[in-house]
Amino acid sequence: MSYFMIIRRESLVAFRNRHEALSPLLFFFLVCLLFPLAVGSSSKILDDISSGIIWTAILLATLMSLTHLFRKEYDDGTLELMMLSHHSLAVLVMIKLAAHWIINILPLIVLAPFIASALGMDLHIQGALLLTLFLGTPSLILIGATVATLTLVIPQNGMLLALLVLPLYVPVLIFGTSAVDAAASGLPTAGPLYMMAAILILSLTLTPFAIVSALKIGISQ
Amino acid sequence: MLLEVKQISCSRNYRSLFNDLSFNIESGQLLLVEGKNGCGKSTLLRILSGLRQPDTGTIHWNNSEIKQASKHYSQQLVWLGHRNGINESLTAKENLQIAASFIKSKVSNIGYILKRVGLKPYANTPVRQFSAGMKRRLALARLLLNNAILWILDEPQSALDKTGITLLEGMIEQHVRNGGMVIMSSHHDINFKSIPLGRLAL
Repeated sequence: MSYFMIIRRESLVAFRNRHEALSPLLFFFLVCLLFPLAVGSSSKILDDISSGIIWTAILLATLMSLTHLFRKEYDDGTLELMMLSHHSLAVLVMIKLAAHWIINILPLIVLAPFIASALGMDLHIQGALLLTLFLGTPSLILIGATVATLTLVIPQNGMLLALLVLPLYVPVLIFGTSAVDAAASGLPTAGPLYMMAAILILSLTLTPFAIVSALKIGISQ
Repeated sequence: MLLEVKQISCSRNYRSLFNDLSFNIESGQLLLVEGKNGCGKSTLLRILSGLRQPDTGTIHWNNSEIKQASKHYSQQLVWLGHRNGINESLTAKENLQIAASFIKSKVSNIGYILKRVGLKPYANTPVRQFSAGMKRRLALARLLLNNAILWILDEPQSALDKTGITLLEGMIEQHVRNGGMVIMSSHHDINFKSIPLGRLAL
């Protein structure tokens, strides 16, 4: 019952601040739209780089959404209530991150096949792309949230966050695009997909503890 | 019920705030923490609530030591800090429902609680439209959500008008007379006729 209330809170807050979820979506859309204009619409070039465009744009859009993760809760004192709540902080954090993924990232994944079609990507490659996005973006959120909570006490943490997070995103990006490339050249995609699943399981099991510790450090300032 | 503070000390930015501070507080007692700005009142209250750890020393609740944000202790207390813990895009009622769900409290009497703090007509108004005093009243409403024994209030009067302060004093008096404990900091004069007042000067 009370977990349901917390999920309801996240969706209500997100719904009343719709514009916040809209900006990563718009960013993703515009970046993917500008690439064909910049590199030319010849299908040879776009075939080679479309998976890279989509993955890079999603990665940067995720990064954008991270700057306001926990920020409002920290500023208005809700984080103190979460800390002193009778629930496990790790569970509250995971609910919040799941809501964040659904509200900010899921729309991007829904939009991705349309963009992929517009960039001329074949249907069977799109399947592989979607699979990598579903496996990869939760890892991006979990890893990013760890760094976002560590930098929470710094008021304008956007640049620092980007500098710290992007190197940690590189493995996900490499395995994500290489799986799509393998699918495009008719090779088995299992290898990179297994690696992405391993990263996801590692981040699912390890980051909650890191996030809780980082929040405790942040709140005691 | 007994809260024992044993020789705690704390420093901030290489400046010592307090050293070897020890005191006890029992059920039915009110402790007022006094001192000038920047002397560490808020830091002390954050330590007592378990949000922060002292540099040295220990705090015991009913003879068991508390650590940062330990559940068995945080279930006994309500914390009201400088920040109200209110989300501006939610209504007064929604904010209280959330606060209740954080502490696993029943949410049946929210209408009554809002009436008690004088916000009944604004139950479905987004908090963004509230004045600072109304937000503070909504934060005070959190004190009534469950039967926590210990209230830790950091300058609870801030932004409240005269009737708000009277309301707060009434709530504190009733709580202490019912066997609760209150630790609060304040810059204002407070008058409690019916309950004893302990003072701690930092």
